[in-house]
Amino acid sequence: MTILKNERDLVVPGEILAEGLDYLPGYGAFREGDRILAKNVGIVSIRERNVGVTALSGRYMPKAGDKLIGEVLDVQMSTWFLDINSPYQASLSIGEASEEYVERGADLSRFFDVGDVLYAKIISVSKHKNIQLTMKDIMCKKLRGGKIVNITPSKVPRLIGKAGSMISMIKEKTGCNIVIGQNGRVWIKGENEDLATQAVLMVNDKSHLDGLTNMVTEFLNSNPGVKVAADAKVYEYVEGDAN
Amino acid sequence: MRKFTNMLKVMPIRADGRSKEELRELVIKAGVLKNAEGSAYVKMGNTVAVAGVYGPRELFPKFLQNPEKAHLKCRYNMAPFSTKDRKRPGQDRRSQEISKVVADALEAAIFTKEFPKVGIDIYIEILQGDAGTRCAGINAASVALADAGIPMRGLIAAVAAGKVDGDYVLDLTYNEEEKTKADIPVAYMPSMKKITLLQMDGDLSADDLKNVVNVAIKGCEKVYEAQVEALKNKYTAVL
Repeated sequence: MTILKNERDLVVPGEILAEGLDYLPGYGAFREGDRILAKNVGIVSIRERNVGVTALSGRYMPKAGDKLIGEVLDVQMSTWFLDINSPYQASLSIGEASEEYVERGADLSRFFDVGDVLYAKIISVSKHKNIQLTMKDIMCKKLRGGKIVNITPSKVPRLIGKAGSMISMIKEKTGCNIVIGQNGRVWIKGENEDLATQAVLMVNDKSHLDGLTNMVTEFLNSNPGVKVAADAKVYEYVEGDAN
Repeated sequence: MRKFTNMLKVMPIRADGRSKEELRELVIKAGVLKNAEGSAYVKMGNTVAVAGVYGPRELFPKFLQNPEKAHLKCRYNMAPFSTKDRKRPGQDRRSQEISKVVADALEAAIFTKEFPKVGIDIYIEILQGDAGTRCAGINAASVALADAGIPMRGLIAAVAAGKVDGDYVLDLTYNEEEKTKADIPVAYMPSMKKITLLQMDGDLSADDLKNVVNVAIKGCEKVYEAQVEALKNKYTAVL
């Protein structure tokens, strides 16, 4: 019947978000009798009839369709197992990794070996958290060189910015090649790696502030060490909207 | 014993100046440990507990993995310097039992089915003990779980109550606890209006038990308010 919280209110688990059957529980909320309650510490979000909570902390939980950065942990007969910064390992089967014909029993480490870092997409997550990955998607590739920075997974949309504004600005200013995984891993490669890392961590630490894009721009402009190579390759990378 | 009893008879306050249904000084802080996914510090009078939550993370040994839900591992531990006589370090039968009942009390609040196969580790350290350590531990662990971003049905608040000389008394200290007919730790989830832990040390009549539990639940509601405030304080500082 009534909604008891406003958009962007801070709630803790067990707080009542809405009463009556007019609303539906979204992510981070559950129904108990005729009440909708919060599951997580987070920010209330109301989308028409859906009332949910965007969590402010917690591990990355894999979702079908997410693109992420994983590290190869094990190579088996026809599968690789990857660490995806989540409580569960993900598997990538040979059919999803390569178009070419591979002999039975062939050594798969010539494609990807233990320790390789891949940018992959989740095809499916089963009820028991069996996670299937694929490399058959644009942008999916092995990431060579560079370095990886971990940020809080819930802050990934902030780092990307509206229509990719934040990340394309960082790429432009530093001339680095940056790939962001939904699981909170950020791969950075280029001449100003350290500077780009600082900018990414700045977004992570100050994600709550208004005018963050300007602050980061100022930080990057004021840094005397910035050398943008004339032929710096800047990849356009837009991963949905900020929300 | 005589002295305490007389105090209650003469005026309705206790040795430390509290009224019968008043909590001790309560301090709760969320997010005190950097390495833990979630953590909390709870001080109830002279009882001090720190809790750290790690996970959800891969669970070993593998036979503990449950394909239906997460495994909750709880370790309650008293520091050797937490009591007047040195406490022999390590797990003993008492702390094993408390670890188990605390894990059961907390599991009622957690959506364990959202995390099949993994483990959630809860470590509760009692730095100073002055009765009610399991309650302080539950209060700290519940805030730490919420801080770790683990989905829950609600926070769990806990406090003990007992009967002293015909009076129902809330949040006993060690000196008071020695003189009770029975003391009853109660863990309560205000959002679901459910009791998740109820133990009794001593004996009471059925009527007395009901009254003591009601006193404890009122106390839990006050603790709950402090827990919510502590969590919100941590995150408004960030927002």
